Amino acid sequence: MLEICEVSKRFGDLQVMEGFSLTVPESGFTALVGPSGCGKSTLFDLLTGVVARDGGSIRWKGDEVPDLGSLAAYMQQKDLLLPWLSLFENAMLPARVAGEGDARSDEARALLKHLGLEDFAHYLPGAVSGGMRQRCALVRTLMFGREIVLLDEPLSALDAITRRSLHAVLLLLQTEFRKTLLMITHDVEEALLLADEVIVLSRPPMTVRECFRPKSSKPRRITDPELVRLKEHILSELEAESDAL
Amino acid sequence: MRSKWISFGLVLLILALWEGYCRGFQVPGYILPSPSVILLTTVQRASVLFPHALVTALEIVLGIALSLAIAVPLAITMFAHPAFEEAISPFLVASQSVPVFALAPLLVIWLGYGIASKVLMAAIIIFFPITVSLLEGFKNCGSEYAMLFKLMGAGFWTRLRMLYWPWALPYFFAGLKVGVTVATIGAVIGEWVGSQKGLGYLMIQSNARLKVDMVFAAIVWLSVMGLAMWKLVNILERRIIRWK
Repeated sequence: MLEICEVSKRFGDLQVMEGFSLTVPESGFTALVGPSGCGKSTLFDLLTGVVARDGGSIRWKGDEVPDLGSLAAYMQQKDLLLPWLSLFENAMLPARVAGEGDARSDEARALLKHLGLEDFAHYLPGAVSGGMRQRCALVRTLMFGREIVLLDEPLSALDAITRRSLHAVLLLLQTEFRKTLLMITHDVEEALLLADEVIVLSRPPMTVRECFRPKSSKPRRITDPELVRLKEHILSELEAESDAL
Repeated sequence: MRSKWISFGLVLLILALWEGYCRGFQVPGYILPSPSVILLTTVQRASVLFPHALVTALEIVLGIALSLAIAVPLAITMFAHPAFEEAISPFLVASQSVPVFALAPLLVIWLGYGIASKVLMAAIIIFFPITVSLLEGFKNCGSEYAMLFKLMGAGFWTRLRMLYWPWALPYFFAGLKVGVTVATIGAVIGEWVGSQKGLGYLMIQSNARLKVDMVFAAIVWLSVMGLAMWKLVNILERRIIRWK
């Protein structure tokens, strides 16, 4: 279990978080939704240690850790593939940085194959589609070999059809690779389709406003009456928060 | 392709006007030789020009090598230590605001009439654009990429090797292109001030003897050398930066 306990952060006059707490179940899929500027991405920066927090603690499987820098893989909206490396080489980056190099090349090849990139492994990122690049970024994220995966709007830059195909891939991270997933998204439908828990966040200082746990099993359909009802509820919550910003 | 023909046509037009002016007004060769005379001298006196061109080319190549040996570690150090960058930047800028003509006599006194003073002169001119471009390239790398590498557990040198250096390569080549183009200036000024070989030396000697066609021939050889080096850097850039 990942426990974020009483975390605080202030930027100048803005108190972004004050005593923010959240519990994320191990091997679970948790989605965070909230109004723009509420501090969702700051939370990831604090969790990864990119930005120092003012107070609070983080616990993973019961042990307090300084941050998740060495425990979590991080995937952002931009694929962040290096344009001079092939898809295979990009996927291999975490292994190469860790000095594991060739030892994990079979693993990278297997993952690329799993995500339908086998035939494009030696293409440069500039030569493939946005969806393929994002899938390669997912492979790279898996090659971190970390139990926690932080996803910061990983699909928001993609078109609707590509997003839909990648939803299945994201679900694989949980079901097949048993990762603990924490995803920031602006897309309420996406959150409801993928996550076990959808957390609605408030405006700064950020707090958990409400938590929803859709009961229907995955893969879900957005036409499911429960999801339709939850979507309307969450959107009205978000509207209320945005109005207050 | 069309623009190439326009450039070629423009050059031909200028040369034709020049030729016509020299012939029509019977301008003496020691004032302004015609392009045909310059071309003849350039080709016919190649045996005289070549050994001097070789010396100048060597000075330029060694100047480039020396400037790279200074510029690359300097840019890396400045990038790794912003406080060092802040401290050294004023000196770098000041070094570029001193005219190379002012430095040339001093370098000849300190390093002699041989090749060393010219190599250093070329290096002084080249190292600044390379340092500035490379540093700019390092700084231009997106912070999100740096964060990704940090999360992978990469230290500074790993990030430099795998991320910052390839990222900065297009900037480096932009600086190098400027560098090789202006490198001839440093070498030739050095030769003007004091030397016994090189195209700059040949220009000074020919000018004193009113052999202006030879001065122009040396300029043609210098231009061709500069263009060849610029082209060489371009080829190198295309081979290395395949993703662009």
